[in-house]
Amino acid sequence: MLSTWMEEINWENMWIATWETVYMSLIAVAATFLLGTILGVLLYLTDKGNMWENKPVHTVTAAIVNIFRSIPFIILIILLIPFTTFLIGTMLGPSAALPALIIGAAPFYARLVEIGLREVDKGVIEASQAMGATQWQIIQKVLLPEALPSLISGITVTGITLVSYTAMAGVVGGGGLGNLAYQEGFQRSNNDVVFVATVLILVIVFILQWVGDIWTRQIDKR
Amino acid sequence: MIQLKGLSKAFQTKTQTVTAVDNVSLSIDEGEIFGIIGYSGAGKSTLVRLLNKLETATSGEVTIEGESITSLKGQSLRSARQEIGMVFQHFNLLWSRTVAENIAFPLEIAKQSKQERNKRVQELVNLVGLEGREDSYPSQLSGGQKQRVGIARALANNPKVLLCDEATSALDPKTTDSILALLTDINKKLGLTIVLITHEMHVIRKICHRVAVMENGRVVEEGPVLQVFRKPQEHMTKEFVRQITEPEEDASEIVFNEEETGAVVQLKFLENKAEQPFISKVIRQFDVDVNIIQGKISQTQRGSYGSLFIRIKGSHEEIEKALDYLREEEIEAEVMEHA
Repeated sequence: MLSTWMEEINWENMWIATWETVYMSLIAVAATFLLGTILGVLLYLTDKGNMWENKPVHTVTAAIVNIFRSIPFIILIILLIPFTTFLIGTMLGPSAALPALIIGAAPFYARLVEIGLREVDKGVIEASQAMGATQWQIIQKVLLPEALPSLISGITVTGITLVSYTAMAGVVGGGGLGNLAYQEGFQRSNNDVVFVATVLILVIVFILQWVGDIWTRQIDKR
Repeated sequence: MIQLKGLSKAFQTKTQTVTAVDNVSLSIDEGEIFGIIGYSGAGKSTLVRLLNKLETATSGEVTIEGESITSLKGQSLRSARQEIGMVFQHFNLLWSRTVAENIAFPLEIAKQSKQERNKRVQELVNLVGLEGREDSYPSQLSGGQKQRVGIARALANNPKVLLCDEATSALDPKTTDSILALLTDINKKLGLTIVLITHEMHVIRKICHRVAVMENGRVVEEGPVLQVFRKPQEHMTKEFVRQITEPEEDASEIVFNEEETGAVVQLKFLENKAEQPFISKVIRQFDVDVNIIQGKISQTQRGSYGSLFIRIKGSHEEIEKALDYLREEEIEAEVMEHA
């Protein structure tokens, strides 16, 4: 039975789709980490009582973050079609999914970064100021290193969300396991493909969570 | 060395203005340990933060070695801050860094080379007695050890002044004593000026040379520790002094034995008088008996002070002569009760 079950699956396509998913996830995670951290730091620093306290900047940044965080991902992809075609030149393939993935995930991660930074002891920042540290030194040597475990566990959570986003992006032509499960599995009523694609996505998610947990535990000296 | 002139700091809340520091003028000498005592909310934390401009003064001026801290900004303020070390109640160490890396932090800020940093860190680790703990993380240290790291870090850039913000308030009494001993040691070894704020009178007694008492943002009393302890003028000061003298020196606590004859006398000593054998002299010179009821002698940085309750028995004239003799010896003798 297992052999007949296996026969229904085009393994070559399955591997290509798996790598597309891994490719989309990794690039999106890296870009989200960068963009989200910048946005999160901006949100934190412009907040009341912090180093760059600035109500207009904070309000605008927070509004943008909230808007993009609230739009359902599948709608965001459609809204971003003109932007993506302008940027990538096409709406098809894994690279075309990246703008939507990053714009969808970065605001979510930015909030997690902000929460992580808020947990940094204000006294430590005061101590650094008393030592004559510049604002850049405080960001680079105090805020980010002290919040690092939160940043890492946050990017793990965001990464897992991103993997499921890639599946959604796949349905509208973005490639990867989601695309495969939809095109070859759902539309041709081939449940085996759907099943294997799901297992592979789960494996990617588990690996991501596992790496994230180990990393967080290693750097957390609290 | 440090001059505070008409220093005030007001905080604006939605409904009112809170004056945390109210027209404070103080002069702190080079190499002394200056204590500022007050209850929480007295404004002492704000006052100490005005000294390195962590808080900006509403009016008045702070000068350290002739340099006006209140008017500094940007890079010149940051450079000035590197010469003012600060120690905090809750240590404020970076938990993501080891002991050695925490101590190296201000050196990184001052852009010292890695080689210089390592050398200086080792000196400081030895100075504060943390040998062997260089690679531990703060979470692996006890409170006292954390504060030693805090002190080492504050001393890293060879500051002229060390500000201590309730440096021992989070520590148990034994650890407090060891940290105070370390501060005294540093003060003597490096000739460092220390400004210390606390709500604990015994901290003042143990290590300070001079003290200022704060209440509602104002300095209500100021002077050498010994003098303030022996002759507190203000109500607030008396309250603080009682903190460490009660119940031993409070006359009302003593139960007088009605059956006994003679006079109960409270003696108060100045500085080194506490070490002289005046009781045996009294007994030898006058025809009286002396019975010690209770007493206590406390050590400060500039000598000891204390009080003793005794019962003197003998004829009225002899007792008066004995008391006159004690007063000539500059011992305050107050008759509490005559039988």
